[in-house]
Amino acid sequence: MVAEAQTPVRTQVPSRLSMRLGLRGWVYAGRYPAERYLYILHRLCGLGLILYLPLHVWVTGRRLQGPEAWQQTMAILSRPVFVAGEILVLAAFVFHAINGFRLLFGHLGCALGRPEYPVYPYPVALHRQRRLTTALMVLAGAFLAAGVWGLLTK
Amino acid sequence: MAEITGNPEGSVPEGGILTLRVARYDPERDRAARPQEWKVKILPGMTVLDALFAVKEEQDGSLAFRCSCRMGVCGSCGMFINGKPRLACNTQVNELGPVVEVAPLPNHDAIKDLVPDLALTFRRHRAVLPYIIRNDVAEMESPTREFGQTPEELARYVQFSYCLKCSLCLAACPTVSTSEQFLGPQALAQAYRFVADTRDAGLGERAGVVDASHGVFGCHLAGACSEACPKGVDPALGIQLLKRSLFVGPPHRAPAQVVSAFPEGYRTPEAAERPKAPPPSV
Repeated sequence: MVAEAQTPVRTQVPSRLSMRLGLRGWVYAGRYPAERYLYILHRLCGLGLILYLPLHVWVTGRRLQGPEAWQQTMAILSRPVFVAGEILVLAAFVFHAINGFRLLFGHLGCALGRPEYPVYPYPVALHRQRRLTTALMVLAGAFLAAGVWGLLTK
Repeated sequence: MAEITGNPEGSVPEGGILTLRVARYDPERDRAARPQEWKVKILPGMTVLDALFAVKEEQDGSLAFRCSCRMGVCGSCGMFINGKPRLACNTQVNELGPVVEVAPLPNHDAIKDLVPDLALTFRRHRAVLPYIIRNDVAEMESPTREFGQTPEELARYVQFSYCLKCSLCLAACPTVSTSEQFLGPQALAQAYRFVADTRDAGLGERAGVVDASHGVFGCHLAGACSEACPKGVDPALGIQLLKRSLFVGPPHRAPAQVVSAFPEGYRTPEAAERPKAPPPSV
């Protein structure tokens, strides 16, 4: 007890300052290259599609309530704001699906190249995937354009 | 860093004045970071670490930061510099423009000013068993000979063995920013460094740690870790190859065996057969 009494006691234990970024670390890509922005877009599209799913189930469920309810719902959905929403859903779906293929290739270690001796300028595997990334994004753009054309001319 | 991040247009010439804006934190009095600015005269070849030393020696001795080698080898001086995690000793101020903003590493606790707490990084590193694991315990405990490994086999993992444990990749990783459980790019890339080593047979043991949602499957391939790495380790590649190893096994089918011992002083067995030089005549 005496020894304890003689030990200097800090009145306030020094704390640590948490620099954890939280959600800001997800949504802010700052000065990182394209793949980091694709990461944000992929997650936002995924979130949007999940939020859209209950609405989609509700809309198709209206079919069970008879032809009148269905016609009424279709009339509402033909308004420009909902058509714009449909285009957004289509864009999210196309991007999420095609970027998902890129990620799937990456997760299986494909199209990333092999490890190399790190000689400056240092090799980065995702840079080796840029041609595939560009091709897939062009493909996504083509699918989206075709889909929008179909939506607007139906 | 894969590219030269120079900014010649925004750079300040030697002899010019640099504004150094530092996010400071004193645990005895602060509850949040507070910015403080100093003006520093730019000298030839000045790095951000040199600028911090200039402040500490001439203007404010209370400024705290961690460093050791001053040549990009020890990984002690990781900081958040102008929006990216970088090594202060490896970053020239003339790449950054007239205002240099320095803060402690994101996704870490700051102990004081620019000193991050790296204890969690090292705990994550230890969690992936970062050493050679083999079944022949007797040979490991009392080695008799070397394990064979070709240069091609070395090339499969040598990139990942350059890791400094500077924690810049964890500061850049978006998953680490929200999940303290995630092992992070540093530890996972080091797990692959040993999995890909032909002398190792420890994938099964490591799988218990890395084959989890907070392990390899917490990586969503944002690639920021590889951009931030100051030594070209490319942790994102290591993590993806580790995922593949969990599905299809390590790159080698069986761990390397011990090789025949060469005669003492010879690099090849045939060397012992060659005629020896005559004894000196003088």
